[in-house]
Amino acid sequence: MIDVFGIDALSVLVFGPALSAFIVASLASLAPSKQLGRWVALALSLLLALLSIKVFADYQVAGLAIGDEQFIVTQDSPWFEALGARWTLGIDGISAVMVLLTGILTPLAILASWNIEDRSNMHLALLLLFETGSMGVFVAMDLMVFFLFYELTLVPMYFLINQWGSLPKSGVKFSGRFYASTKFMIYSFGGTLGMLLATQLIGWSSGTYNMADLTATWPLFRQGEALLGIDVSAVKALAFAGFFVAFCIKVPIWPFHTWLPDAHGEAPTAGSMLLAGIMLKLGAYGFIRLVIPLFPEVWLAEVVIIGVNVATCFAILSVVGIVLGAFAAFGQSDIKRLVAYSSVNHMGFVGIGIAVLAQTYAQIWSGSDPNADVQTAILAANGTVLQMFNHGLSSAGMFLLAGALYHKTHTRELSDYGGLWVKAPVFGGILLFTSFASLGLPGLNGFVSEFLIVRGAWPVYTALTAIAMIGLLFTGGYILKGIRAVLHGPFNMRWRDYNLELTPAELLAIAPLLVLMLLTGVYPNWILPIINTTVSAIFAGLAS
Amino acid sequence: MVSTGFSVLTAIIFIPIIAGVVILFLDRKNRDLVRGIGVTAASAALALSLAVFFGYDNYVKQAGGLLETQAAMLASGAELSGTQMFVDALAFEQRVVWVESLGIAYHVGVDGVSAPMVLLTGMVAVAGVLISWNIQDRLREFMAVFMFLVAGVFGVFIAVDLFMLFFFYELAIFPMYLLIAGWGWVKLREYAAMKLTLYILVGSVFALVGAVAMYFAAGDYFSGAGADVLRVAVDGGILPPDSGAYSWSIVHLTLAAENGAFAIDILGIAGLNFAKFWFPFMFLGFGVLAGVFPFHNWSPDGHVAAPTAVSMIHAGVLMKVGAFAALRCGMQLLPEGADTHLPWMVFLTLINVVYGALIAFRQRDFKYVIGFSSVSHMGLVSMGWATMNQTGMTGAGIQMFSHGAMTALFFGVVGMVYDRAHTRDIPSLGGFMKVMPWVGIAFVIGGLTSMGMPGLSGFIAEFPIFQGMWAASEQITLQLGGFQLSNYYSVLVVIAALGIVITAAYVLRVAGQVFFGEFDAERFHDVGNIEMTDRIVLIILGAPLIILGLYPPIMAPMIESGIRPLIALLGGG
Repeated sequence: MIDVFGIDALSVLVFGPALSAFIVASLASLAPSKQLGRWVALALSLLLALLSIKVFADYQVAGLAIGDEQFIVTQDSPWFEALGARWTLGIDGISAVMVLLTGILTPLAILASWNIEDRSNMHLALLLLFETGSMGVFVAMDLMVFFLFYELTLVPMYFLINQWGSLPKSGVKFSGRFYASTKFMIYSFGGTLGMLLATQLIGWSSGTYNMADLTATWPLFRQGEALLGIDVSAVKALAFAGFFVAFCIKVPIWPFHTWLPDAHGEAPTAGSMLLAGIMLKLGAYGFIRLVIPLFPEVWLAEVVIIGVNVATCFAILSVVGIVLGAFAAFGQSDIKRLVAYSSVNHMGFVGIGIAVLAQTYAQIWSGSDPNADVQTAILAANGTVLQMFNHGLSSAGMFLLAGALYHKTHTRELSDYGGLWVKAPVFGGILLFTSFASLGLPGLNGFVSEFLIVRGAWPVYTALTAIAMIGLLFTGGYILKGIRAVLHGPFNMRWRDYNLELTPAELLAIAPLLVLMLLTGVYPNWILPIINTTVSAIFAGLAS
Repeated sequence: MVSTGFSVLTAIIFIPIIAGVVILFLDRKNRDLVRGIGVTAASAALALSLAVFFGYDNYVKQAGGLLETQAAMLASGAELSGTQMFVDALAFEQRVVWVESLGIAYHVGVDGVSAPMVLLTGMVAVAGVLISWNIQDRLREFMAVFMFLVAGVFGVFIAVDLFMLFFFYELAIFPMYLLIAGWGWVKLREYAAMKLTLYILVGSVFALVGAVAMYFAAGDYFSGAGADVLRVAVDGGILPPDSGAYSWSIVHLTLAAENGAFAIDILGIAGLNFAKFWFPFMFLGFGVLAGVFPFHNWSPDGHVAAPTAVSMIHAGVLMKVGAFAALRCGMQLLPEGADTHLPWMVFLTLINVVYGALIAFRQRDFKYVIGFSSVSHMGLVSMGWATMNQTGMTGAGIQMFSHGAMTALFFGVVGMVYDRAHTRDIPSLGGFMKVMPWVGIAFVIGGLTSMGMPGLSGFIAEFPIFQGMWAASEQITLQLGGFQLSNYYSVLVVIAALGIVITAAYVLRVAGQVFFGEFDAERFHDVGNIEMTDRIVLIILGAPLIILGLYPPIMAPMIESGIRPLIALLGGG
């Protein structure tokens, strides 16, 4: 892999944003000009974006060359030896895609917050700090380091919502942003408790936190014996539950999603973009990276009362999320909450894909079904990772547009808009384009990934997939409702003297997203092979 | 490594004492000189303690250093001698015989557990002097007494002689009483000072009785059955050549403990085992100062009543003195007792962790929140001791440092807010981030540390403690009459983890109400930003939280090396 002045590129991607955040925050007291802070933040984040593109491109070459090996480890140094935790960074195709997404979205989020006047340096610094956290999650190869960065992302996001969230409604002393940020923090922080305990349990019993080693050893650990006085499979099931709940909250999988609409509704534009674009992916990434390889037999365990295995249960919850998310989005009168519920809806597809991957992986691992259809699972997994990437693009775009509108009108009520196309044709066109990408219109990015997931899931969960596809119909419903309420209908004369068109900064921020949506829609092969290599390597490693 | 030559540790103790005496003889109107001498002495002590810390760090990590020799010993599979390992771990030693007939010596040294504590004391001493910069009332006397307090605390951490340890322990309590009663919060100070002193004195008296009993038991052993052991130890260089049978040296007593001198029956009553009988006196007697439930009651009142600098040193360092002495005199000298009693005492520590956090959540007074959070966090230290394994106890050692710096930072923050707003009532405060951004950021860093947020030292400390609880689960069983309780540590750790969420809730609540929210510009019109001295305080105490959080190797290996002898004494891994 490449290095930057002799330093490993992944380390630069992890620490670079934190350093940039420090520089930007210090500029506030050194130079009074807010403009300087913005330019510096943008320049630094663009450099990091370029580096992440370079890493992605290099992995594309290197990843194809390493054959059945999954990871390229670039950094491995002692860290917390007393516990067996090491500072290990590495990358595979799935991380490479996520690193790319994080690298691209951060400068766009900085552009989207160009007009923030209130403590702008600190705001931008928090965005960069968030980038450190998410980059760290995606490249960590050590479970404890993974956990460290996973929790670290909460801090900047909490303050972004708490301090720069939407303005208080008149007459209310404490605005909703305090409620939303606290709910977000307690929900996420409390949700990871089980994961924290499970991480410690795994680390203690295995003596290492290295993910690649744990993948090999932990599923076989003391099989058939007792651990902590009870049967080891019960302990593993509890540990599984810890990880499961933590990541379900993050994705979010129904019914763990209730923090999301509040947080999104109140967050500032850039915060929403990163929250939906990157933070939700941390959960899905956690499932793929940790929960599937570490607990294969738990996925196949039968759930009492319901009578199906855990993977199927997960698929059911995902489908419920798709359908109910769509209904809930349809019922919203607040544009940001509408987009927030659309995330629940879209991430449901990621959930189905994960369930298929988990089920097939576990069947092959345990040998319970040697004829499991690997090709189908690979398709579903490719679709899942691509859907994560695509949802990152389209949800960030949608929140950018919703935020742009809110910023100018100071209202999020759909009923206050109406006929805005007349006033803001460019905004209207872009909103239409982004909505269709989110809807899954063929030719745009969402279609490719959802098709792959549906194709992969159909043979495994036929009925559920069919219901999910019906859910897509409702997706169309709420998106059209949103478009109608904002762009069409009689023009609300309240906005006669307002300039509702996108500002140049906003335009600049959304342009790359539009290009990528179209590119992925018509030529998905720029990104699919890199995912496919890794997913195939996972199964190949399993077979050997 | 025993030497009669001059040790840097001696300087660390005597610099504050000399400074305190000198300050007393100054003209009380000459405030600048009083402060100047105070800050110079404290800074000198901090500089020397930094030298001790990094010197010891080098002693541990260098090629052929302590970590390597210990690892070689562990790998050799030979019968481990905890006493030998403890003696090897001591550095910067100085020994001067004081009362030969009683076996009392001035003997100082540091090991891996006490070296970070010495550094912590130095940090908090400087921070305490700086934050008391503008005390109006009797500054001279305040500064002098504060210097004696600092010297006493240093002394406990570096004493290798049990008598010296008690000496310095009491030396620390007495100035504490004066400082709280004389300079504390008017409404509460006399009550709180009396309560605190009585609690701690009673605890230490119990411990002292236990210590005397150990002194005689060890002496009887070495003058009778264990005479050979003593001779071998002297020949082997473990004990100095002038050692008699009766001695207060901790090394001497550790050797006695390891050779079964304390496995005797008391008063000839069969089954009344010496070690098992005295362990609760030693551990809980010192545990009073560490805030172990149900003896924690003095601490929130004491913290709240004390002036800022004293709260800082009190919660930041003095509570660690209790935890440290409980480790050194309880677990190290009576390991058999620890094996018997800690399996039930862990329940007390659990109550500390969860109940302390719950009470903190309910407080209206800013300072009481922090006071009870200390009770909760010190519970984690005792919980770490109760795991009795390498991982958990290493975590507890890190937690002592981490909590010390964090809570001192907290009390500094509270003091800065209170000095300017003249109220600590949480609901009437608000929006202070705007007027005191430094203080706000410091509180946020401290708050995140106390929540155990990764990237800060709290995580580095709590993670091994909890992991140690998992590891202890399969090793420790509790015999209750005919009923045997096993694997209950794994249940306790799950409950203890709830304390983390409650902590997060009260930290967010306080941060939200005090530092964010609406600023009452009319009422707090004269509240301004802080001065340079206060900023230095925040940096001294805040920076280590981040450094340790991101780079645990700076401290973890040292503490690990200090815990290893204890593990050997406790009998295994």
